[in-house]
Amino acid sequence: MSALSPAIQDREELVENPYLPYPVRIDDIVVETEDRNLKTFKFVFLNEQDEKKFDYHAGQFAELSIPGKGEIPIGIASSPVEKGFVMFTVNKAGVVTTHLHNMKVGDIMGIRGPLGNWFPWEMLEGKNVLLVGGGFAFTTLRSSIVYMIDPANRSKFGNITVVYGARTPGMLLYKNELIEWEKRDDIDMHITVDATDDPDWKYNVGFVPPVTEEKAPQGDENTYAIVCGPPIMIKFTQPVLEKLGYTHDRIIMSLENRMKCGIGMCGRCNIGRELVCKDGPVFTLEQINQTPREY
Amino acid sequence: MDSHRINQLTHQRINQSRRDTDMKIVAIDKKDWEKGLDRLREAYRLIGPVKEDRYHYFRELPQGQAPDFDFFNTRISAKEIVYPQSEDLFEYTLDETKEDYHLLKEVEKDYSPKAVLGIRPCDAKAVELVKLNFDTDDYKDPYWLRAWEATTFVGLACDSPCSTCFCTTAGCGPYHEEGLDVLLADDGDRYVAKVLTEKGENFMKAAGWTEGAEAEARFESGKSAAEEKIVSTVSTEKLRSADTLALHGNEEMWEDISFSCINCGTCTFVCPTCWCFDIQDEVHGKQGRRMRNWDSCMFPIFTVHTTGHNPRGTKLQRVRQRFMHKLKYFVDKYDAGIMCVGCGRCVQQCPVNIDIRRVCDLMDRYGATDACAVEG
Ligand SMILES: Cc1cc2nc3c(=O)[nH]c(=O)nc-3n(C[C@H](O)[C@H](O)[C@H](O)COP(=O)(O)OP(=O)(O)OC[C@H]3O[C@@H](n4cnc5c(N)ncnc54)[C@H](O)[C@@H]3O)c2cc1C
Ligand code: SF4
Ligand code: SF4
Ligand code: FES
Repeated sequence: MSALSPAIQDREELVENPYLPYPVRIDDIVVETEDRNLKTFKFVFLNEQDEKKFDYHAGQFAELSIPGKGEIPIGIASSPVEKGFVMFTVNKAGVVTTHLHNMKVGDIMGIRGPLGNWFPWEMLEGKNVLLVGGGFAFTTLRSSIVYMIDPANRSKFGNITVVYGARTPGMLLYKNELIEWEKRDDIDMHITVDATDDPDWKYNVGFVPPVTEEKAPQGDENTYAIVCGPPIMIKFTQPVLEKLGYTHDRIIMSLENRMKCGIGMCGRCNIGRELVCKDGPVFTLEQINQTPREY
Repeated sequence: MDSHRINQLTHQRINQSRRDTDMKIVAIDKKDWEKGLDRLREAYRLIGPVKEDRYHYFRELPQGQAPDFDFFNTRISAKEIVYPQSEDLFEYTLDETKEDYHLLKEVEKDYSPKAVLGIRPCDAKAVELVKLNFDTDDYKDPYWLRAWEATTFVGLACDSPCSTCFCTTAGCGPYHEEGLDVLLADDGDRYVAKVLTEKGENFMKAAGWTEGAEAEARFESGKSAAEEKIVSTVSTEKLRSADTLALHGNEEMWEDISFSCINCGTCTFVCPTCWCFDIQDEVHGKQGRRMRNWDSCMFPIFTVHTTGHNPRGTKLQRVRQRFMHKLKYFVDKYDAGIMCVGCGRCVQQCPVNIDIRRVCDLMDRYGATDACAVEG
């Protein structure tokens, strides 16, 4: 019916398909950990203009799309101040992640995003920031650190303190960068491992919560904590932060529910009325307290 | 953001009611019905209720087949007309010798105009509710929206509702007009048609049905007669003010509600307002496609993490999610009433007789009690 077709055409021009990934090429693959279960993938956009469209903030995630296998939500590990590529660190876990681990430099796949909200950077300006990370949930914290210590941004923040732990030294991500950051005097690094028999280990030994208790600054109205880690770490870190004086509106976390669409439509990632993919993944503990906590 | 959407929606409704003032009622002699359908086929694909086995389903109506209006309601809702149970999103090749290897391409689809004849007012209103999910300020679902835009909704008023219908207390009704372009009512040897939108006008013109009729009275009296026949009700007044966490935390109530559920998912599949979906890749040889399929919050796999951890691992948690979403989260999020139009399908088809009317009343009653008293 001719009377209808103009409207439909308008619609087609108006709507960008939010399910369509940007095509990318795998540019580099780094094995991060001694168990070889974590690899960092560096991607380059096939169409240069797509990089501009993929305009992200530290704390967001994307859907990595492998034709024939499916899509997986993964936190963006590169930082908005790094140009020319995007980077993700992926734990080998199931179908898609295992397939990705077997892919090679030069392979073509897709990235859909950036998705979700991000750490509240505007609010954090002028504040001290404590970052607490455990295991491979350190990815978006890496993005955040690189963003904050960038010469253009460092003066926007007060003290930056990092507590980051893994099971063993060989399980730490981004080791070269960690060592570099250790040497700087504008960021207070506390790397820790659960245990090690390495006699040359110069850093902390112990779980993240007690190290946080010992090394983290007191919480006050000018200090915020960002916590990313496995559930068990989060569970034992929360009381430590409370003891240090961090109120729940100053404890920021990132949630990881199962996702598909990543744009708030498929309905599976909700915690109450909040959709983790769209209203999150970043929430303050105060916000999370008001949800049924189905994560 | 949400309030913005609602404004838009109210706007649409205002526009619609404005048009109501110069809205036309047209008479269609049943002798002219089939002829009109043939004329319509030149411009539209026609879809309507067809009896298969014991039940009615929406099907494409080929030349010579008229919709069968001798039905209460279809077995499965009309949502599949805009939102098919299984739908291809993209296709791609896995053949590395091809230049476009691994590049996703949108699947060509037929978005030529179609008209659904005999959709019940409850199903039409449900499409409007589902639209809140697929048409947002941040993202627009192109597949859903294109299909929706291509569709003209020609409703059929309900003069003999079922015993399980409770639309009148679920923000809808047997003559409800929301979401419809035309509302038909049976009037003996003719249909009378209220033309509600421009889309509806175009449809009527294409059919050659243009003879005006003074039949406002038929709609008024039909409406009140039909409404009177709907005896089943729900109370929803206090859902809005109920405390989400207290309601969610009432394990005893949820245990009672969910006890007999077998998590079969029937309720979500037949429901016109359930929209959850899954995305899957399927490969045949070197040819692959990414598709989406209806999914259900009743299935444990819906939310399970790869670690095996499941935020809604128990039946109680899943049943609670379905009802909390429909009767509380949605109510709070959109301020557009409950996410249920009272079609009664889930009530009729649940194998263990779980009844949303009872659940809704329990939840509403709970909202009335102040949280402290309940906890005590
Ligand atoms: C916001 C967010 C950020 C994440 N960041 C990272 C990260 O930086 N690095 C990392 O290694 N992992 C991350 N994960 C977890 C990662 O998404 C899952 O491990 C991954 O989806 C498992 O996919 P699979 O195909 O290998 O597993 P399978 O169990 O074989 O397949 C499960 C399928 O379910 C879907 N799915 C979607 N979300 C999840 C989920 N959260 N858990 C399980 N399945 C899911 C995917 O389609 C996946 O293919 C993140 C998850 C979320 C929600
Ligand atoms: S139809 Fe009944 S038994 Fe089946 S999932 Fe729904 S409530 Fe449970
Ligand atoms: S919840 Fe049940 S009664 Fe309500 S719209 Fe869905 S199927 Fe119909
Ligand atoms: S992942 Fe689909 S709604 Fe969040």
